[in-house]
Amino acid sequence: MTFHAPHASPSPSNDVAVRDDMTTDWVDVTPMLPRRPRKNVGDLIFRGLTAAAACTLVAVVVSIVVVLGWESFGAIRKFGWGFLTTQKWDPVANEYGALPFIYGTLVSSFLALVQAVPLGVGTALFLSEMAPSWLRTPVAFLVELLAAIPSVVYGLWGIFVLVPWVRSTVTPWLADTLGFLPFFQGPSYGVGMLTASMILAVMIVPYITSVALEVFQTVPIAQREGALALGATRWEMIRIAVLPYGRIGVIGAIMLGLGRALGETMAVTMVIGNRPEIALSFFAPASTMASVIANEFSEASSDLYVQVLVELGLVLLVVTMLVNVLARLLVWRVGDVGTAGH
Amino acid sequence: MTIRSRRIVDHLASAAAAVCTVALLVPLALIFGYLLTKGVTALNFDFFTQLPQPVGELGGGMANAIVGSLILVALASVLGLPIGVLTGVYLAEHGKTPFGVTVRFCADVLNGVPSIVIGIYAYTLVVLPMKSFSAYAGGIALGVIMLPVVARTTEEMIRLVPSSLREASLALGVPTWRTTISVVLRTARGGILTGIMLAVARVAGETAPLIFTAFGNQYWQSGLRGPISSLPVQIYTYAISPFDDWHRQAWAGALVLVTLIATTSLSVRLLTRGKFGAAR
Repeated sequence: MTFHAPHASPSPSNDVAVRDDMTTDWVDVTPMLPRRPRKNVGDLIFRGLTAAAACTLVAVVVSIVVVLGWESFGAIRKFGWGFLTTQKWDPVANEYGALPFIYGTLVSSFLALVQAVPLGVGTALFLSEMAPSWLRTPVAFLVELLAAIPSVVYGLWGIFVLVPWVRSTVTPWLADTLGFLPFFQGPSYGVGMLTASMILAVMIVPYITSVALEVFQTVPIAQREGALALGATRWEMIRIAVLPYGRIGVIGAIMLGLGRALGETMAVTMVIGNRPEIALSFFAPASTMASVIANEFSEASSDLYVQVLVELGLVLLVVTMLVNVLARLLVWRVGDVGTAGH
Repeated sequence: MTIRSRRIVDHLASAAAAVCTVALLVPLALIFGYLLTKGVTALNFDFFTQLPQPVGELGGGMANAIVGSLILVALASVLGLPIGVLTGVYLAEHGKTPFGVTVRFCADVLNGVPSIVIGIYAYTLVVLPMKSFSAYAGGIALGVIMLPVVARTTEEMIRLVPSSLREASLALGVPTWRTTISVVLRTARGGILTGIMLAVARVAGETAPLIFTAFGNQYWQSGLRGPISSLPVQIYTYAISPFDDWHRQAWAGALVLVTLIATTSLSVRLLTRGKFGAAR
């Protein structure tokens, strides 16, 4: 609408005046139409059903937090924040500190990322930029198959194949080459932090690969062609055009993988050795939040013991939620960029 | 940098990426290799028909665990599928509203919650009041894990249905709810089924949420209110035991479990290829 002088005609705007004039020319068809149906009862019921289902899902998420908080309230009140920074774990003497498990979870996940990120991003680059198309689909399917193998099967394979191999080959080699670092010293039992991180890496690599692959495929063709037209080799094109464009998405993919690694239970429980102590050496047995819950929950004898384990679950829940929310935000942001770029 | 050295760097990078891919596929090949060689030799007819033997006696099978897994997955489906599909419909239709965004966010958060935490949740909600480990508790835990997977796939599949189909139905005077059920859901059927089968395959292999909800049982279950055996938990128990014969059976159980899951996801993929698989 254009400038509108305050002293102008009584009608507030032009188009309303036109419409008023025109109604006289129109034939009013309203009486000829069937009466406009009221809101359909079926619609109301169906909408109510779907809304109820959606509310249920929200209620489940909220109640998980509430239930875990409620169940562990006694332990939270008794130990306070000190729970998170205490090392001693002695259920018989009713002494509980979460630090060894928090350490175990963080370190095993971090070590898993160190191994999984280059593998996953490299594979995603290979599939999206280098592999011929006949190879892409089957390999992508195989990678997805890796994600479909149940955790307990990884654990079984870990116990009987990976653990002996780590003990006989990997740890002696690491001790020879990197033995000057405190992380690669001491006796090796096969089970321990290193083995757990290796199996975690295999388990999270499919997630990193498939999300990173999706991210790389959102890079506009024009951008690649631009780099190639400037005389870039394929690797330079990837470095100039693909990686910077997909950086945030790849970080999101890594965070999703991290979320999986933090909460992974069975395979880790079966190969980490389950010792509630902090050891500097990666060869030593350790324990994670998830693994101690899996191991001790059903035999927790006292109320306080159960409450403490539930509190560990709560800590684990909060940490994975934060990581996942961050990951979603990053991946979503990339999704927006991707669609805007086309 | 000369063109020659740039070419060399390029080849090195390509080789590195190819090595990454191969290194990723090696564990897969190893796992399947061991499953086949160790599993097949341990597999026999008794495995599918017999109960586990007491410690020290050879033989026996996992018949109760196989049936138990089926029961648990069925319970989970009864709980998770209707709510999941309806939530998916809600997300597809009202997903842009603030509440819709909240629901989608919650689904993604729930998808990331570690399964062991959901085990604690089901333990507190079902096992404590009932004062007994039960099939119900296990089924509820698995159902909660299924919920977000089914909801999000359903939403995505419904979004693929062309709006012209929906509009044609509405223009014929069909109410919205009939349009959703008979036109939209019918068209998206294949994709939604794919999502459901993948969700079922995922929970069928879950162990962590079952060890203190469904618990495990060396005999046939005595109804749904008591502890029930399941294939993953049985594999876990046998794998960490010190007995060779149980290790053998754990491999057999793992082979059966992976075969079930792999055939499910493979057949779903083949059946829906070109229809919905490509659209994803």
